Amino acid sequence: MSAQCLAVAAPEPISALAHMFAHPFIVHALVAGTAIAVVSGLVGYFVVLRGQVFAGDALGHVAYTGAFAALAVGLDLRIGMFAATIGAGLVLGLLGGRSIADDVTIGTVFSWVLGLGVFFLAYYTTHGSTSNGTANVNVLFGSIFGISTSAMWATVAVAAVLVVAILTIARPLLFASIDSAVAAAAGVPVRALGALFLALVGATAAEASQIVGALLLFGLLAAPAAAARRLTPDPWHALWLAALLATASVWTGIAISYAAPTLPVSFAIMTVAAALYASSFLRRTRAAPAPWQAQASVT
Amino acid sequence: MGPALSWDLSYDVQLMFSYPFIVNAFRAGTIVAVIAATIGWFMVLRRQSFAGHTLAVVGFPGAAAATWLGVATGYGYFGFCVAGALVIAALPQHTARAASAEQSAVIGTVQAFALACGYLFVSLYKGFLSGMTNLLFGTIVGITDTQVLVLLASAVPCLAVLIAIGRPLLFASVDPDLARARGVPVRAVGGLFLVLLGVAAAGTSQVTGSLLVFALLVAPAATAHKLTTRPCVGIALSIAFALLATWIGETIAFFSVHPIGFWVTTVSFAGYLAACLWRIVADRSGRSPRATAPSAAPAGARS
Repeated sequence: MSAQCLAVAAPEPISALAHMFAHPFIVHALVAGTAIAVVSGLVGYFVVLRGQVFAGDALGHVAYTGAFAALAVGLDLRIGMFAATIGAGLVLGLLGGRSIADDVTIGTVFSWVLGLGVFFLAYYTTHGSTSNGTANVNVLFGSIFGISTSAMWATVAVAAVLVVAILTIARPLLFASIDSAVAAAAGVPVRALGALFLALVGATAAEASQIVGALLLFGLLAAPAAAARRLTPDPWHALWLAALLATASVWTGIAISYAAPTLPVSFAIMTVAAALYASSFLRRTRAAPAPWQAQASVT
Repeated sequence: MGPALSWDLSYDVQLMFSYPFIVNAFRAGTIVAVIAATIGWFMVLRRQSFAGHTLAVVGFPGAAAATWLGVATGYGYFGFCVAGALVIAALPQHTARAASAEQSAVIGTVQAFALACGYLFVSLYKGFLSGMTNLLFGTIVGITDTQVLVLLASAVPCLAVLIAIGRPLLFASVDPDLARARGVPVRAVGGLFLVLLGVAAAGTSQVTGSLLVFALLVAPAATAHKLTTRPCVGIALSIAFALLATWIGETIAFFSVHPIGFWVTTVSFAGYLAACLWRIVADRSGRSPRATAPSAAPAGARS
């Protein structure tokens, strides 16, 4: 971290930028962060459209517990994260159609899941052979500056798979999200699509918790996407704008945190994303897209 | 903690209460359980559990900032939670009512931003990483006499106000339109209740941590709602469940290495599951014909 302080002393903006890119950890953070931001923006758009922000919150809790369950039994924490979040996403999606669960049940269940994560954390810190004291903070609030070259490529590969998956189901998913009854009548498998989508949200949550952490990832899902929805009524434009705004948040956040090392990077990213969303309210409020408009672009 | 569990129960209890910190933990836990269960019962009735969660999350940066500035964390919790409650109460009613996609995105962004600010304050205050776990997931050590007094001083007026507005609040929660027609100031009562909820969330956060408030604020109340629809019995049951969860959680946390948050959530979640099972069995056997109706409706119909 002292290298950062030295770099800031460079007077010229251009040479400061050159110094910034001279650090491998910054390049790793930018590459991995871009991949994750694009996925978060694309998936986040549908999360906001479908009103499932709280599912993102819940999957963040699951990611935390999965990470420490894996660490407690001696596995890589990413294995635990992905397994737990994808599994929980599928379960949520399959149960969701029946509407048996109200917010009280969901809240109580996921509060307990997080409590279980604390149990694994205590087990890991007291029984673990390596005393990795920062693991808790890293999982909760992310550690993008600590990402290695191999982890960076793994992140990019997973992100590419997720982008392809979400774009493959984007068209029917948009149809099902806007009017599920009509979509079901037109032969779209609404229920299976919803479950598949929540599994994708789970995988995205596991990806995104590497950079902003399990607690903040639903902010990265929600804020850029909600801002994009306020800025353009066209669903496809909003979808790509969400990815763009998420990428801008990550880049700006990394640059701010590099220039001012006392600011944690996940705080900087979240602040930029929240500021983007807040400034989208300054724009004159437009009417929500008329149903015929949205459907016209689907069919 | 350290002490090993022997098989002599009275000796164990004696040993536990010989430590001053656990006595304070029990005092604080008891105060918090009573206030959280009572206000939580109304919160579940009004379907505002996510407002309670948001208020608790907003308390985390408050506590972290208080630590950073060298003030007692209690002031940070109360200050931020009550301020958050006032902001939510000031929001236009129609946005608070409609569960739109936009609204959940706003709440999600605000929560994530609050947590990010808390993380900032924690990292500005260097060497506080274990303290952060305590802020988020609760602790039973280090509760001072002053803190217990502050909790008591916040809980007593809170309960007094709740008793004073209890009847109109119940009326306004069950049927706001009818209550408004009968001259109940629905908006004012709702705003006042949110402030009470802020105080309760701040108190609960100091025992279970900011992230696990559902364990005391929601789960005991939801369990009581599953079992009975009568307000007085329901509130009494809710208090009993919250006290049980707190006492059992603190006792196990004393004898094990795991933080209190895990044990309190586990006990209260187990209670909620048992109540759900009991409800299903009772419905199947057809013992209570009213059981199929949502718990909120008959509660008000009778009052």
